[in-house]
Amino acid sequence: MSNPAGMPVLEPAEGARDQHMVINMGPQHPATHGVLRLVLEIDGEIVVRIYPEIGYLHTGIEKTCEAKFYHQVVPLTDRINYLDPLANNLCYALAVEKFLSLEIPPKAQWMRVLLAELSRLNSHLIWLGTHAMDIGALTVFLYTFREREDILRLFEAISGQRMMTSYIRIGGLALEPPLDFLDRVQAFIRTLPEKIDEYANLLTGNPIFRNRLKGVGHLSAADAIALGVTGPPLRASGIDFDLRRDMPYSSYEKFQFHVPVSNDCDCWARYEVRLVEMRESIKIIQQALDGMPEGAVKADAPKIVLPDREKMKTQMEALIHHFKIVTEGFAVPAGEVFQGIECGHGQMGYYIVSDGTAKPYRVHMRYPSFPVLQALETMCKGRMLADVVAVIGSIDIVLGEIDR
Amino acid sequence: MSEPKPLFGKAAVLETLAEQPAVKAIVAWNAEALTDAKFEFSELTLTIAKEQIRAACFALQAAGYNFFEDLTAVDWFPRSPRFQLSYHLVSHSFKERIRLSVLLEEASPAVESITPVWAGANYYEREVFDLFGIRFEEHPNLRRIMLPDEWQGHPLRKDYPVEGYR
Repeated sequence: MSNPAGMPVLEPAEGARDQHMVINMGPQHPATHGVLRLVLEIDGEIVVRIYPEIGYLHTGIEKTCEAKFYHQVVPLTDRINYLDPLANNLCYALAVEKFLSLEIPPKAQWMRVLLAELSRLNSHLIWLGTHAMDIGALTVFLYTFREREDILRLFEAISGQRMMTSYIRIGGLALEPPLDFLDRVQAFIRTLPEKIDEYANLLTGNPIFRNRLKGVGHLSAADAIALGVTGPPLRASGIDFDLRRDMPYSSYEKFQFHVPVSNDCDCWARYEVRLVEMRESIKIIQQALDGMPEGAVKADAPKIVLPDREKMKTQMEALIHHFKIVTEGFAVPAGEVFQGIECGHGQMGYYIVSDGTAKPYRVHMRYPSFPVLQALETMCKGRMLADVVAVIGSIDIVLGEIDR
Repeated sequence: MSEPKPLFGKAAVLETLAEQPAVKAIVAWNAEALTDAKFEFSELTLTIAKEQIRAACFALQAAGYNFFEDLTAVDWFPRSPRFQLSYHLVSHSFKERIRLSVLLEEASPAVESITPVWAGANYYEREVFDLFGIRFEEHPNLRRIMLPDEWQGHPLRKDYPVEGYR
């Protein structure tokens, strides 16, 4: 290899060697949101080229999935995008359920929508706090993490885990939510709109925040589509597409919500779109709470869904099913499916290939942060070095889902 | 849940789904390049001859499948042809997703890059190159993306142990 140090091959462009400089940003830079390393070619303070170097968190999670039973993959999915855990669970569960044609009870579907939206709020709150902090508005971080803490407590109440919930399982939910869960969610979302007003109050009128974001990181609609950008950055570039509305899953078609779109194509547009999205999420959660159906939270498929703990300890049949599922898994018909959902960062997708056995033959995850990195150069070229930080914040990446 | 009946084989898909925009576009472009097709789990898969994938993507892009969503590979070792590439395209106007698949033989697997169609395929092709060892011709920067440059082997191949080599 002509590159012994493992450095990306990037030297100043021919003819500009005296003037341009190549510098490293990351992988331990606080504004890169994890272990992202950017190799930048700069002309003074102006960015000429950006080369993202990724893979520092690569754990081969897709390979690991091939060695597990279908139900054992669920906890692996949490760890990919750890800021939006329930969306990962949901996407994987929906993909496997497509194979099995399981009938998911309405209460489980409603709960899934509610949890996916709470999870989106969690993701957006972290984005807002860290993005504002990158720009220099430190206070907002403390506020958003206060609300995030409430969401984590809710997750803990249902699943016992704050972040790695693994609560949405193949065939429904892991277990019944606690009796007071819906009341706690209600209490939380009752106060949230004014908290969002509070953030907007601190940021929207703030001249420093405004100047750092307005007109920065321009990404045209054509570029966004060509580069595979999805989610809030795509909608901030004027493309009105949201999988929740356009290719609904898990009964999202029964909910009324508005999909915010902006034509400004800059970091400010991404900020505004996400802020509206948070308010829309609250509306969806309210509808889910109001219309929450009664009934079971697991599909009636004893050979696929683990029995309740109580039944497992008292009924022979349930004990046998439990034993069989845990030791042998369950066979899934051969074929291939792709399930896409809209998570906090954009379009997430699970592509699963089955060869008819109890272990997936191939699991591939499509995560929105991976392609969006390719758009970084388009957004930063010819701008100031400091704008790179604003742009990285505005595309909202998680390195866990890039490297997998 | 009532699912549409699955269809297997080119003839069955061409007959039943003749009005489907992707099928229509492919037939209008070059029906010969379509080697196989199936409609299963409500998902349409079109198998394209490997020399034609870029042209097929151009044809589908023009027909309204404007968004490239995903690319990955499957290793069917020891079956032949060994590798399958799966491209997922989304249409923002039809609100629909299709899958293109390309089959590759084991010996020096290579296929033309679709980065001229969608620049965003760049990272996905690098990932497949890195983890499966499939080459993409005319790719602007075909380097490993997840693993270090000096890594030996391609971990997502089925003959690579899950625990790695120690």
